Amino acid sequence: MARSTMFFTRLGISVVVLAGLLYVPQYFGTTETQLWSQAIYYSLAAIGLNLLTGYNGQVSIGHGAFFGLGAYTTAILMENNGWQFLPTLPVVIVIALAAGAAFGFPALRLKGLYLALITLGIAALFPDLVNRFASKYGTAGTSLIQPPAVVAPSWADSFTDFDDQYRYYMALFIGVVMLVLAANLVRGRFGRALVAVRDHESAASILGIDVARVKVSAFAISSAYAAVAGSVSVLIEGSANAGKVEVFRQSILFLAAIVIGGVATVIGPVVGAFVVVFGQDFAEDLIDDKPELAPATFGILLILLMYVLPDGIIGGARRLLRRLTDRSAAEPAPTPRTT
Amino acid sequence: MTLFLQQLMNGIGNGVIYASVALALVLIYRTTGILNFAQGEMALFATYCTWKLSDEGVGIVAAIAISMVFAFVTGAVVERVLIRPVERASPFVILIVTIGMFLAVNSLAVTIFGDDEKQLPSAFADGGWSVGDVSITYEFVGLVLVLVAECVLLFLLLQRTKLGLGLRAVASNAESARLVGISSGTMLMFGWAIAAALGALGGAMYVPTTPALTAGSMQAVLVYALAGATLGGFDSPVGAVAGGLVVGVGEAMAIQYIEPLHDIELVVPFALIGIVLLFKPTGLFGRNVVERV
Amino acid sequence: MTLLAVSDLRGGYGPVRVLHGIDLRVEAGEIVVVLGANGSGKTSTLRAISGMMRASGSVRIGDHEVLGRPPEVIARLRVAHVPQGRGTFPELTVEENLRIGAFSRRDKDVAADIDRWCTVFPRLRERRDQQAGSMSGGEQQMLAVSRALMMNPRLLLLDEPSLGLAPLVTQELFARLAELNAQTNIAMLIVEQNAKLALRIAARGYVLEAGEIVASGSSQELSSNDEIRKAYLGMA
Repeated sequence: MARSTMFFTRLGISVVVLAGLLYVPQYFGTTETQLWSQAIYYSLAAIGLNLLTGYNGQVSIGHGAFFGLGAYTTAILMENNGWQFLPTLPVVIVIALAAGAAFGFPALRLKGLYLALITLGIAALFPDLVNRFASKYGTAGTSLIQPPAVVAPSWADSFTDFDDQYRYYMALFIGVVMLVLAANLVRGRFGRALVAVRDHESAASILGIDVARVKVSAFAISSAYAAVAGSVSVLIEGSANAGKVEVFRQSILFLAAIVIGGVATVIGPVVGAFVVVFGQDFAEDLIDDKPELAPATFGILLILLMYVLPDGIIGGARRLLRRLTDRSAAEPAPTPRTT
Repeated sequence: MTLFLQQLMNGIGNGVIYASVALALVLIYRTTGILNFAQGEMALFATYCTWKLSDEGVGIVAAIAISMVFAFVTGAVVERVLIRPVERASPFVILIVTIGMFLAVNSLAVTIFGDDEKQLPSAFADGGWSVGDVSITYEFVGLVLVLVAECVLLFLLLQRTKLGLGLRAVASNAESARLVGISSGTMLMFGWAIAAALGALGGAMYVPTTPALTAGSMQAVLVYALAGATLGGFDSPVGAVAGGLVVGVGEAMAIQYIEPLHDIELVVPFALIGIVLLFKPTGLFGRNVVERV
Repeated sequence: MTLLAVSDLRGGYGPVRVLHGIDLRVEAGEIVVVLGANGSGKTSTLRAISGMMRASGSVRIGDHEVLGRPPEVIARLRVAHVPQGRGTFPELTVEENLRIGAFSRRDKDVAADIDRWCTVFPRLRERRDQQAGSMSGGEQQMLAVSRALMMNPRLLLLDEPSLGLAPLVTQELFARLAELNAQTNIAMLIVEQNAKLALRIAARGYVLEAGEIVASGSSQELSSNDEIRKAYLGMA
């Protein structure tokens, strides 16, 4: 397919999808819209994780902790210090970049399995830390923080009737901006460096890539994305809460999202996040009378999906596309050989 | 001094449990290269079965034995049906599958057995001895003996039997093993089966030391066991046991002597790992750096 | 009946095709050598035969069609593949490596066989309880060959046995292989870059280039062929 055709196709699809997303809160009610909003902030976390794990090969099963970091920072600033939502984002980003980098440095020493396990430890540790240090801000001494809800300003009345619609659009706006940012990162030099380091570290360093800087940056940036996702979750859900179960679950769901969507693709994490969020909802509806079976259904669906689409959805779609377009290419004639 | 000894014993008591779960994890990892995130939940399911049998009147020791057999078979089936199709796939895919299993097994256990708290009787009698001011419970002795027995039996299996040789061969060089006619599939099934049985035993040992059997019972243990296995290097059964014990003792000591760590004891195993890995990135007993996750 | 008959073997790794239609055969008791430069497809040929690599075409061992069957099945048909780089089990001892060779055997002569190969390769007896990974390249090669022999094979597939070995060691190895063939009639398909030594013990040979057989004949014919001498035997 010609380059320009691809570009315009992609642009066309993006416009259609964006239009659809813009229409969502007009069409759906509060509950549904909240689900879509959830899918958006899960996408943010997934995009960040994809940069680290998909493109850079450092597996993290602990990004729920960075998500929580963002969530609590925003919640505390709003609840305790009376801030508005948007101003908390720069603070969150700075803190998360620092935290991610702080973690990225020692992570340089760890490979594959060990790194993954340490990140698991972070995810396990985070709720305890929250309990220890943040519960004084929480409701009745617990770690649940419920800042005042974000209400739509008057200029938004032209396109929103309800506050939750406004919040959805805010989340969507943040999501799109950060997606475009990520896409540019990936398609530029940094993205190539990420992949080079992932595929062959020693070769990359010979080529002049500062491996340490790339890896630590990947950690920092991915943490920032996860943290912003956490902040947006406070915007949408109206609370921050980091129980052990929740943080762990989110960590693995983010990972599931990027694998389902297709690691190391730009749009894969978004697709995967939507599948994860709506998939869980679907699983819950499927087993209406037995809610305890919902995780089992979801788990089984995950497993089945891996058998069918190990490349993820985008990966599988690409493979299909390649097969379809390759059929039109002629078979090269066999070269005759002489003894 | 008394307090120290008592805490040491508590630490060893917990460490023994972490060690036995770590053993199962390392066994699967060494023979199949897969980190089974669902290990804890599979053990949980088996422990629920033990509870059910015991509840129906079966003696606790017999219940444990039956559950172990059941776990053995289930482990083999899980490998054949769930893991085999993706064995050659990317590590991410395998990770997601084990995570899917984690969610599914846990949820199935809750659905089948109910999510209320249950009491699992201990396989050991109540009471113990006092040595000075330090009390040594029968349970403590029992746990240590069980771990020792596990290690001895595992050793004999791996070093002195044909099956063990096959398992070690597949772990050492899977390709060459196939060229010699060893059916790697069969070996993998056995690896998972044995690990599952070990998990069942571990669960039945661990749960009675906690307030109750609930859906979350094995999750903390999994984290500590992973910590122990990582500490030990993920390479050898010896490392797994040593790592598990170190984590157990370290945790107990930290709780007792480091006041600010109250409520965040989880820091201990990971701080331990952090320190060890800083100096020896392959763990205390680790040999090679394996990239598979 | 021909022991090994390969026809129109094609295969590769993913989109990269490496073998483009290979025909070769090995009769019972023969030593056949396949010469070729790096990247010509020698290793892939053996891997395709022993089931380690997907391929199309036909591979018959005796009267069994084995293409597409897993390596374990082919091993049980008494075809022993000594892979490139030895493929020993490094953490296991020499004796354990040998015992593994006999894994699929049901007879009682395993201990006797271990003894026998330790006699043929005395270094192995010396290092019986040593970890295989700690031995030298030459010793590991002897071990790998012995392990293959423990399978009581009728066909031995050897992938570049001389790789990484000192010349003297290589000579000794090939001498042993020739003796083995003379005494026990084990057939061998040897893939080698070191054409001189290989042709000396072989009855026939093939020359592989870019995944295709470009020449074949008795080892005498091949050695006296000028082009082949220039390309593979390093002689003007």
